[in-house]
Amino acid sequence: MIPAKFDYVRAGSAAEAIAALGEHGDEAKLLAGGHSLLPLMKLRLATPAVLVDVGRLDDLRYIRDAGDQIAIGALTRHHDLETSDLLAEQCPMLRHVAHLVGDPQVRHRGTIGGSLAHADPASDLPAAVLALGGTLVARGPDGEREIAATEFFTGFLESALAGDELLTEIRVPKVPGAGWSYQKFNRRAQDWAIVGVAAVRNGTTGVALVNMGTTPLRATAVEEALAGGASAAEAAERADEGTEPTADLNASEEYRRHLARVLTRRALEEAGA
Amino acid sequence: MTATETPAATTVLGSRLLRKEDPALLTGEGRYVDDLVVPGALWLGLVRSTVAHARVSVDVGPALDAPGVVAAFTGDDLLDAWAAPLPCAWPVTEDMKAPEHRPVAAGTACYVGDIVAVVVAESRAAARDAVEAVLVDYDELPAVVDLEEAAEDRVLVHEDLGTNRSYTWELTPDADAVERAFAEAAHTVSERYVQQRLIPAAMEPRGVVVVPAPHGGEYTVYSSTQIPHILKVMLAATTGVPEHKIRVIAPAVGGGFGSKLNVYAEEVLALALARKLGRPVRWTEERSEAAVATIQGRGQIQHIELAADAAGKVTAVRVRLLADLGAYLQLVTPGIPLLGAFLYHGVYDIPAYSFSCTGVFTTKTPTDAYRGAGRPEATYAIERAMDALAVEVGVDPAEIRRRNFIPTDAFPYSSAPGLVFDSGDYEPALARALEMVGYEELRAEQARRRESGSTAHLGVGISFYVEMCGLAPSRVLASLNFGAGGWEAATVRVLPTGMVQVVTGTSPHGQGHETSWSMIVADRLGVDPDHVEVLHSDTDVSPHGLDTYGSRSLAVGGTAVWHACEKVVAKARTIAAHQLEVAEEDLEFSGGQFQVRGSPDRAMPIQAVAFQAFLAHDLPEGMEPGLSAQVVWDPPNFTFPFGAHIAVVEVDEETGRVQLLRYVAVDDCGNQVNPLIVEGQVHGGILQGVAQALWEEAAYDGDGNLRSATLADYLVPSAAEAPSYELDHTVTPSPTNPMGVKGVGEAGTIGAAPAVMNAIVDALSPLGVTDIDMPASPHRVWSAIRAAKEAQQ
Repeated sequence: MIPAKFDYVRAGSAAEAIAALGEHGDEAKLLAGGHSLLPLMKLRLATPAVLVDVGRLDDLRYIRDAGDQIAIGALTRHHDLETSDLLAEQCPMLRHVAHLVGDPQVRHRGTIGGSLAHADPASDLPAAVLALGGTLVARGPDGEREIAATEFFTGFLESALAGDELLTEIRVPKVPGAGWSYQKFNRRAQDWAIVGVAAVRNGTTGVALVNMGTTPLRATAVEEALAGGASAAEAAERADEGTEPTADLNASEEYRRHLARVLTRRALEEAGA
Repeated sequence: MTATETPAATTVLGSRLLRKEDPALLTGEGRYVDDLVVPGALWLGLVRSTVAHARVSVDVGPALDAPGVVAAFTGDDLLDAWAAPLPCAWPVTEDMKAPEHRPVAAGTACYVGDIVAVVVAESRAAARDAVEAVLVDYDELPAVVDLEEAAEDRVLVHEDLGTNRSYTWELTPDADAVERAFAEAAHTVSERYVQQRLIPAAMEPRGVVVVPAPHGGEYTVYSSTQIPHILKVMLAATTGVPEHKIRVIAPAVGGGFGSKLNVYAEEVLALALARKLGRPVRWTEERSEAAVATIQGRGQIQHIELAADAAGKVTAVRVRLLADLGAYLQLVTPGIPLLGAFLYHGVYDIPAYSFSCTGVFTTKTPTDAYRGAGRPEATYAIERAMDALAVEVGVDPAEIRRRNFIPTDAFPYSSAPGLVFDSGDYEPALARALEMVGYEELRAEQARRRESGSTAHLGVGISFYVEMCGLAPSRVLASLNFGAGGWEAATVRVLPTGMVQVVTGTSPHGQGHETSWSMIVADRLGVDPDHVEVLHSDTDVSPHGLDTYGSRSLAVGGTAVWHACEKVVAKARTIAAHQLEVAEEDLEFSGGQFQVRGSPDRAMPIQAVAFQAFLAHDLPEGMEPGLSAQVVWDPPNFTFPFGAHIAVVEVDEETGRVQLLRYVAVDDCGNQVNPLIVEGQVHGGILQGVAQALWEEAAYDGDGNLRSATLADYLVPSAAEAPSYELDHTVTPSPTNPMGVKGVGEAGTIGAAPAVMNAIVDALSPLGVTDIDMPASPHRVWSAIRAAKEAQQ
């Protein structure tokens, strides 16, 4: 309820935020929507010495047509995604997945950049961006670089972002008319997925798994099987290959593996793969 | 509706009047304990054991050095602050074993959350930081988590008691009859059910503020409590502050569900430290703190056996309970299972009865009252067992119930365990519920799905509950060794301008007493409900009362208001007759007017009578001025509401996911004062019962750590999970009180869990599943399906 003491820096620009990160190093955490970080701080499971608030960088809040891609500013809120006409036309899965994040309060505060940078394997949006084959744009003291979504998630709550880098943009391909599915299995509407599966069929089929290990995962065995001509049901049997799911109050490791297979089959069938 | 409805005296009773309480609460005007602004108040921070069982040595020195810290105490430091340990008011047996329960543990911590030190600081944040600075050295002892293991006494929670078994309480009126019934039975069932522990999770966590008066040694205690009156007595007993120097106020209270029917360490600590330090002291519970620091509900292992004849008519019920008390006895911990002890035959006419309950200590948070308190557990056991019997006998679950209902002409019904059910008419409620749900069509659809091999299994679950409400006749409480009476007090004052004040000893925390009591007064006195003000929850304003719990407020407290109104009318009649110069018998009172029979122009409104009573210029010889009356009502019996609940579920065989498709409830709480409030209680109650069936569980690991300590892991449902409630009611008035009311605050919770679980088992019965423990999580359901399939292979 009451976090440990911390200093608070409000960044007026991306450059200021990056400079503040450089100055405070590991002591600092970026604050965007705050819906992952603040609960951890209130439980004193996270005790950053400095919060660098990027929540008011409105120039990083947009959903734009960028040729064959859609460019989304990192501070775009889930609510903006779930109500975007552009996404409805060009990438309806992302819009749908954003609609399933948390509850309305969370969706009005939480940001896509915050969700991806937090790199929670149980979150919805990282898996969606992975399945879509998205690209993330990071800005640091030496300028911008692009990171493929498949390279972004490096460990439990760890990403490829350097300590002084700010995630600024997320790019996803336009996939109008592509078959897609997001199977979120949870017990209450507001909860994280016990297991989730995102599938999008755009030429090849991208499949990503939620909560099946320490990071959001591509279901590569499934993708390979499909590429090799396997049926949805056959491919789905390989959904848990190479995963290391954990056990918790909601599921044993074995049950998670089972759910991954069932939900992948359903996702592939719904996506028409 | 079914036909026993008694016409109300006016149109006020029985109307859907909007709640008076709501505008303030909905616009943020409600003042809860944490909203109170108290200049100069110090904040308490509680250092809680992070280990379930350990000898502790505590060094508060580092906390004293922290900024803003005023004082810090270990349990030993405060030994002289207490006149008595924390109270347990219900020693259920003569030889019940009770550990000494100090507000701050001295020497040994017995559960995760047990207070081992307290810090006092100038701000809430400073108190929170200081808690982290206190050094606690844990010398770990083995935890005792599993209830059946605890009962075996291999490891003791309290070494000095020599056993974990606090008491065994038995109720077997005729042991031979029970033996005979089982020996002669054509069918028997023997079931084991687990009542998981639940976290009450009231929307407002607990909080307390104690403000000492600068002179006179007086203390005002603001607490988020259901029981300001009982708390006042207990604060005096535990701290030694004289009772008449303590004023307890329960401001707006955001729910309790029984969890605030208690006397907590934080309340007595705040008073003791305000006394010690001479400054206001306050504390507001954190949500994750509440998970371990506030009592938990349920926590039982139930063995129930039924004996039945060839037709499925039940001849005996035998129940053996283990009740998880937790580490200590809180206010009414030992008695909670016994509130159900008389109801394990449910709504069925079962002649032979045997009940026994053993209360067992474990190294977990103490248990105590939680919505329904003993009665949901009883209903769950008998209603699950009746479904098992239906399978055994080979008849439909609805039919097995019909064959066993207490017949309507048997009321008032003397039950085998010794209660007298005031009134009941069960068949119509079940028939209506079956009709609403479309029972025959559902069974046909179920058969079609089974035929087709569908993996989306349809299940229909019936539960039919009866509960004892209106706690309670004082002499009955005496026979149960309960440490208080069960009466309730009310004062009704008609003020000189005709406005009315009602003082009630009940203490609402969401129930809408201000509205309902206003409606009773409006009905009796013929005044506008908006001209009635209800005063409550302040022991200086309402000195007499026994507070709110156990669906008692309307049947006992509301009845006291009703009787006080009658006394007011009687006095007003005497005054009116005097001033109108007629005999009292010649006056007719209706619509707020004393009317002379046969003379339409000669009348006197009650407001005018009140003014005359205030003036006292012309009152009958010897009459005291003023128009008010006080009544203390001790009910002659409990009330026995009942109802039929039906849940329809779909279970996904592949994932184990249960979806609640429909929920039908036909409740009978006697006459309804305000159907809007009744429906609200039923909605919330049902969802709370469904939550036990599907989502909620205070889950502990083997070391006694609570794994579901946040609302991310403890799954309180939201509106998104709620079914669309399909409700109706029958009306069988109670003869126990003049309004014919019974109480409805706990009904939904009592009916819902067995309905949902029966539906799940019904859905999966073709796969060989006969039981699933609550909560029926997808993982648990999937595991049960798999186990049943393996067993069938």
